[in-house]
Amino acid sequence: MEEEMDRNLTYRVPASTLVEVAKIAAPYRDRPEHLMKVVLKVEQIVPIFSQDVTAVISREMNIPQTQVYSFVTFYQMLYTGRRGKYVIHMCQSAPCHIRGAEEVAKAVEDMLHIKMGETTEDNRFTLAYAPCMGVCDVSPAIMINGKVYGNLTPDSVREVIKRYIREEVQ
Amino acid sequence: MEQMKVLLKNVGKIRPESAKDYINAGGFEALRKALSMSSDEIIQTLKDSGLRGRGGAGFPTYRKLQFACSTENDTKYVVCNADEGEPGTNKDRILLSGDPCAIFEGMAIVGKAIGAHMGYIYMRGEYVYLREMLYKALENCEKEGCLGKNIMGSGFDFVIKLRMGAGAYVCGEETAMFESIEGKRGEPRYRPPYPGVHGLFGKPTVLNNVETLANIAPIFRNGTEWYRTIGTEGSPGTKLFTVIGNVEKRGVYEFPMGINLKELIYDVCGGIPDGKHLMAVQAGGASGPFINKDQIDIPLEIDYVAASGGRLGCGTILVIDDSNCIVDMVCNNLYFFKEESCGKCTPCREGTTRLYQLARKISDGKGTMKDIDAIKSLGETMNNASFCGLGRSATVPVESAIRNFYPDFERHIDKDFCPVCDREGRMQG
Repeated sequence: MEEEMDRNLTYRVPASTLVEVAKIAAPYRDRPEHLMKVVLKVEQIVPIFSQDVTAVISREMNIPQTQVYSFVTFYQMLYTGRRGKYVIHMCQSAPCHIRGAEEVAKAVEDMLHIKMGETTEDNRFTLAYAPCMGVCDVSPAIMINGKVYGNLTPDSVREVIKRYIREEVQ
Repeated sequence: MEQMKVLLKNVGKIRPESAKDYINAGGFEALRKALSMSSDEIIQTLKDSGLRGRGGAGFPTYRKLQFACSTENDTKYVVCNADEGEPGTNKDRILLSGDPCAIFEGMAIVGKAIGAHMGYIYMRGEYVYLREMLYKALENCEKEGCLGKNIMGSGFDFVIKLRMGAGAYVCGEETAMFESIEGKRGEPRYRPPYPGVHGLFGKPTVLNNVETLANIAPIFRNGTEWYRTIGTEGSPGTKLFTVIGNVEKRGVYEFPMGINLKELIYDVCGGIPDGKHLMAVQAGGASGPFINKDQIDIPLEIDYVAASGGRLGCGTILVIDDSNCIVDMVCNNLYFFKEESCGKCTPCREGTTRLYQLARKISDGKGTMKDIDAIKSLGETMNNASFCGLGRSATVPVESAIRNFYPDFERHIDKDFCPVCDREGRMQG
């Protein structure tokens, strides 16, 4: 865990990407209320909200770096750690819980050989618990990169994950 | 039983992004009426209608407007709370995705009443897939002259902007939401000053839930007398109920306030599937109380539910069958609060963690009767000393579970085998 944190802190994003980050943030100089918009856009092009990324956002928007960092660490959907190409969110709330979410979670863990909160060695999958996604009428549900899959069983979730492993989804 | 569709009238019948479809279905008539009315007349109409907030607390809507209206300021804001973070609730998603123009119309009427020209919709990050459609709907409304500059030639301007959250339950608390819109951590503010005086960007602000705002246009369109004929004396109108969990037909249903909970579960939603039986119901979202099967013969109305120690909240009904264990449910519930506590105040940050540990200890068969006392006394402290509603209400489910399912807690302390709590691979926290 500590090793992972050290790696995240010292992670260096390529200079060309930092230029892109600066381009996203620059139009919002002195308008801190647009931090969420900037952060959501930046998330699309950087693998980690590392120190250098938050420093660029802070410089371009003219707000303290601590504010940027405390912001990205507060919201559950923003990642400061390593994250795979596909982020699998497993709903952990009661409506999914009572309809077999744990069996579904276990099936995914076993299939990808990682535990909750971890990322596969090849950087393709991150598995994380998430609070309710508001699709309780089809619980238990998971969300992969914004796409929702509902009414899952261990068997059907294995089919879903298999399509991602084979890259048979858009 | 037939549903009564007031809020869901257009859902699934019109194209949500089309302002024209909404106008053809009678949309923006209410705004037209309101534009010719004075602030006092609009607020009086809302007062006569008896509309109360649908987000959880049931606060009379007109009072919020009164506060903001009586504060002198050139800039005021209307905020729509579309953060729907309450586990098990998706009524606001149905309204936002099915009939967004009705929400815009409600916001514009509130804006007209308090003299605000800017509205914000704060939508939770999980609903990001609705964003493009909402932008289109806003654009179409402006094209039709129903939003934007000089609405319907009345000289009144009202612009609505969309802001996204990124996964934080506490942002549903109004002052935390203001912080988040301002580009900060979503931590609640000290009150007073109240939002009606010092809200978003320090300006007078009215914040309402999506469903509350959706109620406003029908009130102005059909009149307060009509509205009063629906629901009960204390809580007029219809309510959206999200029924989820172990029922045959899950989903969002619209009924007049005061519908019987038992009828809702058995007649409307088809009861419990797979030959199982009802064990518990949690009404009102994650911070609602757990009630047992003998307590469900109640009318779902704000005051009645509150008087019986529960809360109607956002109208979520989580039905739990007897293959589950109440102590395990409590653990799951407290784990949620432990994760979602923002950490600003000590009673909530430490309290939710300790409550989870204590409940987990009991469910693991390592608890004693003293732990139950500890939960109760800690709950009281949190209730009195927490900074915002999250910490104050996080204790309701565990306390109600102990009250209504006492033998189950004793059974776990006595180390009687529980197939749910003793299963392998159980969630660790």
